[in-house]
Amino acid sequence: MTQAFDAAAQQALLESRVAAALAQAKTLGADACEVGASVDQGIGVSVRLGEVESVELSRDQGFAVTVYVGSRKGSASSSDTGEASVSAAVEKALAIARHTGEDPAAGLAPAELMARELPDLDVHHPWALSTDAAIDLALACEAAGRGVEGIGNSDGASLSSGEGVRVYGNSHGFLGSQRGSRHSLSCMLIAEDAQGMQRDYDYSSVRDPRLLRSPEDVGASAAERTLRRLGARRPATGRFPVLFDPTQAAGLVGHFLGAIAGGALYRQASFLCDRLGEPLFPEWFTLVERPLERGAMASAPFDNDGVYTRDNTFIEGGRLASYMLSAYSARRLGMETTGNAGGARNVRLQAPLASREALLQRMGRGVLVTELMGQGVNGVTGDYSRGAAGFWVENGEIQYPVEEFTIAGNLGQMFANLAGVGADIDTRGSIHTGSWLIDDMTIAGS
Amino acid sequence: MNQPTSVPVADRALDTAVATLLAPTGLGLDALESGLGQALGAGIDFADLYLQRSWHESWVLEDGEVKEAGYNIDGGVGVRAMAGEKTGFAYSNQITAEALAETGSTASGIARSGARLSPQAVAARPQSTRYGAEDPLSGLSAEEKIALLKEADRIARAADPAVSQVSASLTGLYEVVLVRASDGTLAADLRPLVRFNVSVIAIRNGRRERGSAGGGGRYSMARLRDEGVAERYAKEAVRQALVNLEAVDAPAGQLPVVLGPGWPGILLHEAVGHGLEGDFNRKGSSAFAGRLGQRVAAPGVTVVDDATLADRRGSLSIDDEGTPGQYTPLIEDGILTGYMQDKLNARLMGMAPTGNARRESYAHMPMPRMTNTYMLAGQDDPADILRSVKRGIYAVSFGGGQVDITSGKFVFSASEAYLIEDGRITAPVKGATLIGNGPEAMGRVSMIGHDLELDTGVGVCGKEGQGVPVGVGQPTLKLDELTVGGTQS
Repeated sequence: MTQAFDAAAQQALLESRVAAALAQAKTLGADACEVGASVDQGIGVSVRLGEVESVELSRDQGFAVTVYVGSRKGSASSSDTGEASVSAAVEKALAIARHTGEDPAAGLAPAELMARELPDLDVHHPWALSTDAAIDLALACEAAGRGVEGIGNSDGASLSSGEGVRVYGNSHGFLGSQRGSRHSLSCMLIAEDAQGMQRDYDYSSVRDPRLLRSPEDVGASAAERTLRRLGARRPATGRFPVLFDPTQAAGLVGHFLGAIAGGALYRQASFLCDRLGEPLFPEWFTLVERPLERGAMASAPFDNDGVYTRDNTFIEGGRLASYMLSAYSARRLGMETTGNAGGARNVRLQAPLASREALLQRMGRGVLVTELMGQGVNGVTGDYSRGAAGFWVENGEIQYPVEEFTIAGNLGQMFANLAGVGADIDTRGSIHTGSWLIDDMTIAGS
Repeated sequence: MNQPTSVPVADRALDTAVATLLAPTGLGLDALESGLGQALGAGIDFADLYLQRSWHESWVLEDGEVKEAGYNIDGGVGVRAMAGEKTGFAYSNQITAEALAETGSTASGIARSGARLSPQAVAARPQSTRYGAEDPLSGLSAEEKIALLKEADRIARAADPAVSQVSASLTGLYEVVLVRASDGTLAADLRPLVRFNVSVIAIRNGRRERGSAGGGGRYSMARLRDEGVAERYAKEAVRQALVNLEAVDAPAGQLPVVLGPGWPGILLHEAVGHGLEGDFNRKGSSAFAGRLGQRVAAPGVTVVDDATLADRRGSLSIDDEGTPGQYTPLIEDGILTGYMQDKLNARLMGMAPTGNARRESYAHMPMPRMTNTYMLAGQDDPADILRSVKRGIYAVSFGGGQVDITSGKFVFSASEAYLIEDGRITAPVKGATLIGNGPEAMGRVSMIGHDLELDTGVGVCGKEGQGVPVGVGQPTLKLDELTVGGTQS
């Protein structure tokens, strides 16, 4: 990388800015204050048809302050972490807090819940990568894909690599910092037959560059995923089981997490309001959070309130065991925070796992969904209706690609109808899961 | 539709931009010349500097109180240097002589050898302004902003006893933009953008539904108040929630679909708009690539992208490369006649830029993007259009959409829809996703209403991770067949 990034110096600088902002807020009359700051730096290169398309050097900063005056709250933020900008933000936040209304639930998380230990979670692995080396990796990736017979065009390959520091402090005296890195390589290819064009992609995304999949593997897999879509037909309209591939199954977990998030619950905007303790999934299914897992995508020792993170169990034996709460949403609901300000960190499932083949066999006749489109998920009612593409399955075997159809149901019913989980676990994101087989959904096609 | 006001060059915009972006660090317009000189390194054939500063404010009401309010200031410079199809890009959140020099030389690293060009001298160009230049945030006092939100809360709660939750938000953005490019461009823009939104939850007999409504545009917060948005959107959000409380399961399968006027124009944004952006067509990755002059929609279908509408959310006096915003016909009477272009893709395709270069901020690279995209009115009476349907769906509001520009498949998700039976609107149906293939769906447009409407000003378009405000619009439309993703097969 052409710009050096001194993570230790950046961390020290941000920590001093956060401390100064907290002190200034106190001097100016804030009863409580919290401040977050971050800086991220990286390189992104993209290539297409064997030529460099773009080289981008990024350096993003952010700073956000929230002050409390009695039970009133004001916030201000800026992309500039300079001294003057930070000071102006504190003043602006205080000015806003003079106008906002009283909120008995407002305020910092309880002091006794602040994280005391800040273990190194092995998520910072800088990559000393030159621009030329980054370009070479992207070129090798695209070349591997374009070398596969049938690939006629390309949307290109990209490599991005970056690292950063985030700091959070509040007027309880808590000051926490965390460094992290992320490196990814992706490739999107295009193939065409008499019926038209199809595109698909693959990617690898890691904390530690040594774990990045080889460019040849990513490119070849993108080619395979693209070619298998050619000749797609439209499936018949009717009721069928649906096998969600791991990426799409992670999306279903995401919808579940959205529905147990405190913000949706206290606004009565969730189909899982007042369902604590009730069976939602089959009893063999358990869903947990492991925020302290070393080296994982979303590992963090403290949440966005400064509260210590802990292993949570959201679904235990199929029952809704816990909501996902921040200090604020917990107060609104008369509960305790679960250390989830900022969301869930490293969600894992515990269930008997079946091979992809076994799941296809169990499904018999239905559709394997590999892509979903659109926003047709209603978190208030659980109603679900989305555009899809994938493969038609008969007698437990993939027959041909399908496209231009929808799958529809209700999330509550879909969770209850979960018939099996695959061993084909995708570990690239924060949610790790294999495929999900869900019985009895409505397919609308031809 | 409003006619845009056309006034001579926005000297005021340029003066304000210099005062806002350069003067605070002791710089003047000459600093841009040296910055551009850095970016025009060996082998670079085009370079531009994009300076921006933005002020964003949001006020959020929940439980009858404005408990949350926030203020954000952002700004910096983004520098591009191009060599043929290659682009080098760097940015800084500081606008200083050092930052201009550093980002310029970093960006120009994309090429390492070749001729060194000089930037062309600034060419004066007439510029029309499509919206007022006022700071929209200062149009109302803090007390007035809070009062507006509380009015929405009061009206929504009074509208029906089933209303259990009301949230309302008021947001405003003021941006100052200055562009200097090596092709002689020097242009500035002052961009206001405001929005008011109401969302309600209604509960009846254990059933829970949401309704939401909102709108805005490129004008002052004061105009929101003067136009009575609190009452209008509060009542509309409640009405939609109550309709949805009565909704029955939607049908599944291929049906005739009638789309209401205005916001359902998201159909055009997804089914044709993205596929007509210059980058996808240059790369041959769009289902519309190479089809200029061919029929891509039914006769009578005329679709335009129009940045020139006065005060609209998607309107632009200049785009983010300094090209004036334009009225660009895309499909005329069913024939594909134009793409939306930025400078890079226009040059590589031998076409002219159309003022569609947009970027989320100085920290993002510009791409061809839509502004306000709509279909022109036809001849049909909307009532006749509904009467012509034996059994189908009438969809009047949507949550959002998405397209795969390569296969042409697009979706958009209805948030308020009804069954049509024997030419009459009957029961409301639950939200369902509609899916089709862009060119095919546009070929199935069989009736076009005379009731063109634009949306109320709520659209955000995402592309490659960058969000920009857009507008859509259309008259009432009938598509003879589209796949409706309900649960009743």
